[in-house]
Amino acid sequence: MPSVCFYFQVHQPLRLRHYTVFDSNHQYFDDFKNASVCRKVANKCYLPANRLILELIRRFEGRFKVAYSITGVLLEQLQHYSPEVLSTFDALAETGCVEFLGETYYHSLSFLYSRNEFVTQINKHCDTIAQLFGQKPRVFRNTELIYNNELATLIEAMGQFDGIITEGADHILGRRSPNFLYKPKNCRHVKLLLKNYSLSDDIAFRFSNRDWPEWPLTAEKFAKWISDVNGNGNVVNLFMDYETFGEHQWEDTGIFNFVRHLPEKILAHPDNNFKTPSEVIESYRPVDTVDVPHIISWADTERDLSAWLGNAMQSSAIHELYRLEKQIKSTGDAKIISDWRKLQASDHFYYMCTKYFADGDVHKYFNPYDSPYDSYINFMNVLNNLQRRCSKPTHGGERLTPPQSAAPVGLQTIS
Amino acid sequence: MRLNQVGESVRVLMLGWEFPPFISGGLGTACYGLTKAMDQMGIHVTFVLPKAIQSEYATHVNLLNPNSRTARPSYRIDELKNVEFRAIASPLEPYTTPESYRQRIEETIRRKQSKHGGLSNSQVVAGTDYSRDMYTEVHRYAALAVELAQNEDFDLVHAHDWMTYPAGIAVATIMGKPLVVHVHSTEFDRSGEHVNQMIYDIERQGMERANKVIAVSHFTRGIIISRYGITGDKVEVVHNGVEHNGAAELSLSDTGIRSDEKIVLFLGRITMQKGPEYFLYAAKKVLEVMDNVKFVMVGSGDMMHRAIELAAQLGIGHKVLFTGFLRGQDVQKIYRMADLYVMPSVSEPFGIAPLEALGNDVPVIISKQSGVSEVLMHALKVDFWDVQEIANKVVAVLKYPPLQMTLKSHGNFEVRKLRWKDSAEKCAKIYEEMLVSV
Repeated sequence: MPSVCFYFQVHQPLRLRHYTVFDSNHQYFDDFKNASVCRKVANKCYLPANRLILELIRRFEGRFKVAYSITGVLLEQLQHYSPEVLSTFDALAETGCVEFLGETYYHSLSFLYSRNEFVTQINKHCDTIAQLFGQKPRVFRNTELIYNNELATLIEAMGQFDGIITEGADHILGRRSPNFLYKPKNCRHVKLLLKNYSLSDDIAFRFSNRDWPEWPLTAEKFAKWISDVNGNGNVVNLFMDYETFGEHQWEDTGIFNFVRHLPEKILAHPDNNFKTPSEVIESYRPVDTVDVPHIISWADTERDLSAWLGNAMQSSAIHELYRLEKQIKSTGDAKIISDWRKLQASDHFYYMCTKYFADGDVHKYFNPYDSPYDSYINFMNVLNNLQRRCSKPTHGGERLTPPQSAAPVGLQTIS
Repeated sequence: MRLNQVGESVRVLMLGWEFPPFISGGLGTACYGLTKAMDQMGIHVTFVLPKAIQSEYATHVNLLNPNSRTARPSYRIDELKNVEFRAIASPLEPYTTPESYRQRIEETIRRKQSKHGGLSNSQVVAGTDYSRDMYTEVHRYAALAVELAQNEDFDLVHAHDWMTYPAGIAVATIMGKPLVVHVHSTEFDRSGEHVNQMIYDIERQGMERANKVIAVSHFTRGIIISRYGITGDKVEVVHNGVEHNGAAELSLSDTGIRSDEKIVLFLGRITMQKGPEYFLYAAKKVLEVMDNVKFVMVGSGDMMHRAIELAAQLGIGHKVLFTGFLRGQDVQKIYRMADLYVMPSVSEPFGIAPLEALGNDVPVIISKQSGVSEVLMHALKVDFWDVQEIANKVVAVLKYPPLQMTLKSHGNFEVRKLRWKDSAEKCAKIYEEMLVSV
C-alpha cells in the first residue's frame, strides 16, 4: 500500500543587474529581467500546472493530494508581476488537499552561517504562508534539501514542526530504502521524509530524454513502478522543482498529459493512495533512525555543498556576506537589511560554480551569467556597495576612506 | 603513423613564414607547434620559408648537405627528425604591409649602394633578386617555390597565410598535388574595413583554389564564408594548441616596478587589430578607482607612437610602460611578473598569447571577438569596445584574490588540455580525407 507523496519546490531567484565597480546606486536587482522571467514561467508552468492540479483534486474528490514549498522571494515577485498565480495557489489551498511547507524565506544557506538568521527567516516564511494560505507549515524543507543531524535538532527545538524533508542519498541510507518514514538521530518528535531520487528524477530529469531506455514514460508505466513498491515500502516521496512542468520539461514533451493521467493510473491499484507529508507522518511509524553527521543536499551526483561552496570564489563571497551580519543589522535600516537578505539566496552562489562549467550542462542552463566569474564579480561589486552603505553616517556627506592598498577583499571604497 | 594511398608516411610540402627563434608573432609560434607535433606523428614535412640573410641561421640550426643536388640551402633542427627546412632567398616577412615592405627594400638598396659605391639601382636589385614591390615579390617567390618543389617528393601542399598562397597554388598546379591553405588571419582582421584589394584577391584565390581551407577558429571560418564566399563544407576548423615550457626564474630588480604594485599586461603587436587604445582607455578608468597598478605594453607595431601619445594625453603616462618587442626568456619573465593579461583585440582569428599567459599562471581577459574565446572557458570575456567592462573586470581581478586564484588554477588546467598534438591530428585527418578523394 504505497502512498505517493508529491512535494513541489517553487522558486525563482532575484537576479542581480549588471553592477560594475563604477556603479554606486542602491538598485541591485534586475527588475525587468525578474519580471519577464516570472511572467514567462507563470505562463509556461505555474498557471497551467496549478490549473491541472486543481482539476485533478476536484476530479478525484480529495483522493489526489500534493504539497508545495514556495519561497518568500518568489511570493514577493508573484505579488508584483503575476498576482493571478497567487490566486490559483489560494484556490489550491482552499481544497484542503494541498499542504504548504516551511523553509527559509530567502532561499538561503543561512543554516550553514548564522543560526539566528536561519530561525528568523523560517519564522518569516511560516508567517507569510499562514497569512496567504491560512495554514501554518508543519513540515520543514531546507534550501536545496541541505540537511544533517544538527539541522534536525534545531528544527525540533523550534517546536512548530513535525517533520523534515531531505534527500534519500545512498550514503546515508546504506542498504535501506527511502520508501519509509525515518527518525533523525537525537530527535524525539520530528520525522524524516526522504526523497526517492530515482523515481523523482525519472520525471524531473529523464522524462523527455530520448536516449533513456524507458522513454517515452507513460502514466501507466510509472504507476506500475509505484505499485511495485507494494510490500516493500509505505511511501514514495516524489520531490522535484515545480518548474519541471512546462519549464524544464516543455509542454510538447507531453509532461502535462503525463500528470493528467497519473492519478487515475496510480489509484487504479486499490492499495495505492496519495498523501501529503503531514499525513504520511500521521499514518506511518518510523522504521529506523538515520544518522547524518555530514551535510547532504539534493544537488548533482555528489549530493553535497560543492555546487554552492565548491570553489574559492563561492566560499569567499558567502563568508564576506555573513561577516557583515552584525554591521548590517546595527544600521536598523529595513532596506539595507532586506537587500542583504536577498543576497543570501543560494542561487547567487550556484551561479559561481565552476564545476562542470566547461561541459555546458544543467548548471549553465539556469545561469543568467555567461560565466561563473562574471557572477562573482557582479556579486562582489554589489556586496561592496552594500557594505559602504552600512558605514555611511546617518546624516551628512559620504565618508571618506583612504585609497586602498592591497586591502583584503571587500574593503575597498570608491566614492 | 599516417599513411598515404601507397602506404608510406604522408609527406607535406609546407609553405611557412617564420620559425623560432626568429619569430615576430603568433604565425611563427603556430607553424612551429603544428610542425613539431606532426613530426612526432611521423609525418614528413619539408618546411619552405623565405630567408633574406642566410647566415643568421647558421648558429642555431645545423646546416645539412649544402652541396646536395638541389644546390639549395637545406637545414635540419635536431629535435625535429622528420622535418627538413628549405630556405628561399626572399625578404618577405609576415606582418608587413606593402608600404613597409617598400620602405625596407629601399633602405636595403641605399645601404648596398653606399657600400658598393656607384652601382645603379637596377644592378643592385638584379644582384639580390628582390623585387621592390611586395606583389611582384610574392609572385617571384612562387616561381622559386615551383623550382624548388620539382626536386622534392611530397603528397600535398600546405600553405600558411596569404603571402604563400600564390606559391601554394603554383606548386600544387604544376606538380598536380592537392592544396591546403591554412588561414591564421585575414585581411579583415588586420585592416578592419579598409582592406587592401590585392591582398584580399590573393587570399580569395588561395581559398578558392584550395582543396581544403583550415581556419584557426569558428570566428575565422565565419569570415571565410561570409567575406570570401567560400562554401562551408570546404572550411575546417583546427584550433591552435599551446607549447608548455618550463618556468623561468624571475627577478624584479631591473624593471622599475615595485613588488606592491599590480601589473596588468598587454602583449602583442601594437596595431589596430590588437586594440591597444582600448587597453589604455580601460587603464584610465581603472586608475580612477585604484592607485597601485602599472600597465605594461609589450610589443611593437605601427600604432606604438600613437599609443605612447594617447597614454600621455590621458594623463596616465607615468602608469604605462612600453617595453618594445620581447622574446624568449624576457616574455617568460614578464608573464611571471604580471597579475593579469588583457587582450582587447578588435578581430583576433585565434590569439595564442592568452594561452601562454595562462600557462604561466596569469589570468586573462580576452575579447569576445577572438578565436581563443571559443576554446577558453576559464577566462574573463569582454567586447573589445566596452572599456567600462574591461576596467570593471581588471579591478575585480586585482581586488578579489579568490577570483584571481580560481581563474589561475582552472585556466592553467584548461590550457594543458589544448595540445598541438590534437591540432596536428586534425590536420592529418584532413590530409587523409583529401588524399583519398583525390
